[in-house]
Amino acid sequence: MRVRYPVLAFLGAALLCGCVSSIDQVTKTGQSAVQMRSYQERAFDTADKEQTLRSVIATLQDLNFVLDKADLDLGMVTATKLSGYQLRITVTVRPRGDAQMLVRANAGYEEEVVKDLKFYRDFFTALEKSMFLTAHEVD
Amino acid sequence: MRALGARRHGWTGAALVAFACLFGGGCQTLPDTAMELPPESLKLRQLQTRRVEGIGETALLAATVGVLQDLGFNIDESETQLGVIVASKKRSAVDTADIVSSSLESLFFSMLEALLSADHESEGDINFDVTQRIRVSVVTRPALDSTGQPRADAQVIRVTIQRLVWDDEGNLTRAESVEDPKVYQKFFDRLSKSIFLELQAE
Repeated sequence: MRVRYPVLAFLGAALLCGCVSSIDQVTKTGQSAVQMRSYQERAFDTADKEQTLRSVIATLQDLNFVLDKADLDLGMVTATKLSGYQLRITVTVRPRGDAQMLVRANAGYEEEVVKDLKFYRDFFTALEKSMFLTAHEVD
Repeated sequence: MRALGARRHGWTGAALVAFACLFGGGCQTLPDTAMELPPESLKLRQLQTRRVEGIGETALLAATVGVLQDLGFNIDESETQLGVIVASKKRSAVDTADIVSSSLESLFFSMLEALLSADHESEGDINFDVTQRIRVSVVTRPALDSTGQPRADAQVIRVTIQRLVWDDEGNLTRAESVEDPKVYQKFFDRLSKSIFLELQAE
C-alpha cells in the first residue's frame, strides 16, 4: 500500500499532463490573430514593394541582424540576431490597396513568440527612419 | 504551536524554492533594448559598408560570391532581386592563446584550492572552445546620384557577420556579432581584388 499511492499520483499527473500533446504546439497561438496583428503590423504610404523590403533589410542590418532568407516575390525576409541571446525575426511585406505596403514582423525567442509591444514599436520606429515614411497603425 | 511554526517554515521554504526555480533557473529574458538602434550602430555601419564604383549590382554580387568561396563559405541563400547573399561555414574555434591563458588560470586556481583545502580530489574543470559556425550576410543596393535616383554603375555593399561557438562538451559558449574592424577590412580587401577579376572577365 505504501508504494501504491505515489505510483497512482504519478500516473494521475502523467495522464493530466499527457492530455496535452506536444504536437499541439504546431497550431498553438496563445493570442488571437487579431490581437497579434495589432502590434505586429504597420502600413506605409508607398506602393514600392522592393524598396520597402530593401529598407527592412537595411534596418535589420542596423539592428545587428544577419539575414537567413530573402524573397522578393513572396515579400519576406528572415534574419537572426546573436548578442548573447538568439533572436529570430520574419518580416513580410505585401500590398494594401494601391498606395500602401503592409509590413508585418514576428519574432521568436527561446521557443516563444515575442509578445512585447515595445519590441515591435522599436522595430517600426527604426524602419520609419530608414524609409523616411510614417508607420500607420492598421485597424 | 511549535509544530505549526515548523510547518509554516516548511511552506516558506517551498515557496522560496519555487520562486528560485522560476526566476533563477536560467530563465533568460530578452533585453528590453533588443530592437533599439544601438548607440554604436553608425560606427558599425561605416565599418561594414563600402561604396563600389564602376560595377553593376549583379556583377558585384557575383564578385562577392567569389570572395565567399575563396574564404571557404557555402552559400545558403541568395536573392539577386534584393541584393542578398547569405553564407556560412563551420570551423575550428580553438584559440591557442585562449587555451594557454585558461590553462594557466585553472592551474593557478587549482594550486590555490590545494593550498586552502586538504581535499585533493577536486579537479580543475577546463573547457575550450572547439567549433564555431560563422554566418555572413552580404547586402548590396544601387548608390544614389545627386538627384536621388539609383545608379546602374555604382553600388553600396554592407556585410554583417556573426558566430556561434561551442566548447569541447558541445555547450554553446558564445552567440555574438563580429565587430572587429580587421575582419571587415580583410573581407573588403579581398573583395576589391575579386571585383577587379570580375570586371576583367566581363
